[in-house]
Amino acid sequence: MSRLAVPKTYKLYVGGTFPRSESGRVYEVVGASGDFLANVAKASRKDARDAVVAARSALSGWSKATGYNRGQVLYRIAELLEGRRAQFVAEIVSIEGVTVAAATAQVDEAIDRWIWYAGWADKYVQVAGNANAVSGPFFNLSVPEATGVVAIIAPQDSSLLGFVSAVAPALVAGNTVVVVASERLPLSAVSLSEVLATSDVPGGVVNILTGSPAEIAPWLASHADVNALDLVGAGDLDWVSLQIAAAETLMRVFPPENGPDAAAPSLERITAFTETKTVWHTKSLL
Amino acid sequence: MSIDRIVSTASRAIEVVGGDLTESSLKRYLNGIPGVDAVGLEARAADLGSRSIKTTSKAWALDTIISLIDLTTLEGADTPGKVRSLVSKGLTPDATDPSCPRVAAVCVYGDMVPYAVEALGAFHGDSVDGGINVAAVATAFPSGRASLSVKLADTADAVAAGADEIDMVIDRGAFLSGRYGQVFDEIVAVREACRRADGSSAHLKVILETGELNTYDNVRRASWLAILAGADFIKTSTGKVAPAATLPVTVLMLEVVRDWYRLTGEKIGVKPAGGIRASKDAIKYVVAVAETAGEEWLQPHLFRFGASSLLNDVLLQRQKLSSGHYSGPDYVTID
Repeated sequence: MSRLAVPKTYKLYVGGTFPRSESGRVYEVVGASGDFLANVAKASRKDARDAVVAARSALSGWSKATGYNRGQVLYRIAELLEGRRAQFVAEIVSIEGVTVAAATAQVDEAIDRWIWYAGWADKYVQVAGNANAVSGPFFNLSVPEATGVVAIIAPQDSSLLGFVSAVAPALVAGNTVVVVASERLPLSAVSLSEVLATSDVPGGVVNILTGSPAEIAPWLASHADVNALDLVGAGDLDWVSLQIAAAETLMRVFPPENGPDAAAPSLERITAFTETKTVWHTKSLL
Repeated sequence: MSIDRIVSTASRAIEVVGGDLTESSLKRYLNGIPGVDAVGLEARAADLGSRSIKTTSKAWALDTIISLIDLTTLEGADTPGKVRSLVSKGLTPDATDPSCPRVAAVCVYGDMVPYAVEALGAFHGDSVDGGINVAAVATAFPSGRASLSVKLADTADAVAAGADEIDMVIDRGAFLSGRYGQVFDEIVAVREACRRADGSSAHLKVILETGELNTYDNVRRASWLAILAGADFIKTSTGKVAPAATLPVTVLMLEVVRDWYRLTGEKIGVKPAGGIRASKDAIKYVVAVAETAGEEWLQPHLFRFGASSLLNDVLLQRQKLSSGHYSGPDYVTID
């Protein structure tokens, strides 16, 4: 007798838990050959709102953790990803229709990038910060600090690599994120949320929504409690009006990037979502 | 058998229980009240909580909620400055929107009443006159563990300082061990202590602390007991004990108030307090009031929310309704 396959229900990841969409909606995800792969939760604006609340409440703990500690936590995610390589490769093969070799290369690159970013957690301050020369007996130090809650529209034409490349740099500086995964290729993002849930990342630091970016993005862009907006995967949306909505509350906005090199690893992606704080301190005159 | 204790006279109790008011007649009356169908009550409360309130109804509900709030600060760390900022928040909840209604009252510890009265100045008064009342917790709040003379002095002190409303706690220990007469006497005595020199009287809210009463039957009995002894309001909780206010308990108390109204034509107020932080939850209470006691209860003389953080959430929802996008905690004051 042949065994009936048990398809996985792909849910949202908000505040460290896996809720269904508040709206009760799901949409079908199909593989490269057009066959049914899974039902994925279709997030509504209220799910986005809940995700922002979760991200906001996780912010103080995550941003106040030492850079060293954040680096350890991020590195551990890469370790867990490594242990789940086979699952990610299988998902990417089924949904993107690429060869196993290509899928493996994507997963490996994603893990390597994650580790690269994890290493920056206790180093970017030294590179991006500065001791400024001032005309007086003072230390004048500029240090970058987390911006706050970052809403991300993940690259839409990449399963895992694009998602990791957009999320990891925002986490390095201590931001918490609400990320809208690729609408067509969401499986790796949801599987990554299972990795996050079993790692040391506090609940609410990463919140993953699946569904239509065109529907959710305007609510995130106009949300007064979102501090920054990464539109890297929003190239196909009306992203200019998203930028206009974001300007209403003086959000930092990162523009869309297209092509295979979208969200290539760089220090700029880390410092994009930081605020520079400058402090004065007297020098000893003895 | 011990000698039957004669309890204090209270006009409501005499009218309902009979002229020869004793501990045993009171007990007989309260124990004769039918028990609560707990499953039915919780199902009813859950059903009331499932109503969909949208757009204009929601806007109305949010404004109503603000006008029913007893804005509360009951911390050991309270200072005159904190009370002053509480008062200014109560007067102008949303500085960006002058159409935002005022809260019904501020609720503070007895020693903070003079500061609240001073901060309110000309705005000290009833909500029908556009003012804000000052409510004070008294009678050794929150535990109620003090001698009667201390409790009465606590009450009289707050009334003399200018409190318009007194939130007293019942002696849960006495109630749970069946000494209904003692609880009754205390409420009657505190009610006396609420009297001012000019003959008027501060409104008396009786806190049942339902989280410590264990059963719905006890909540129903305690509600009747408080009303018989002369309460103007029955209030769920101090906010210092978990669980504080829950929807089923509030529905139950609203049912008692409705029954009392049918029996005597007199309207008693209800105040859920503690644990109501989200507008969504508060709207469920508004629905429960309208569908249990009646819409005429949705006014500050008959229904209040005891809350502190609820107000900010309601303001965020109001801003969302008027601006069309989600607001954030940066746009309301930090308390």
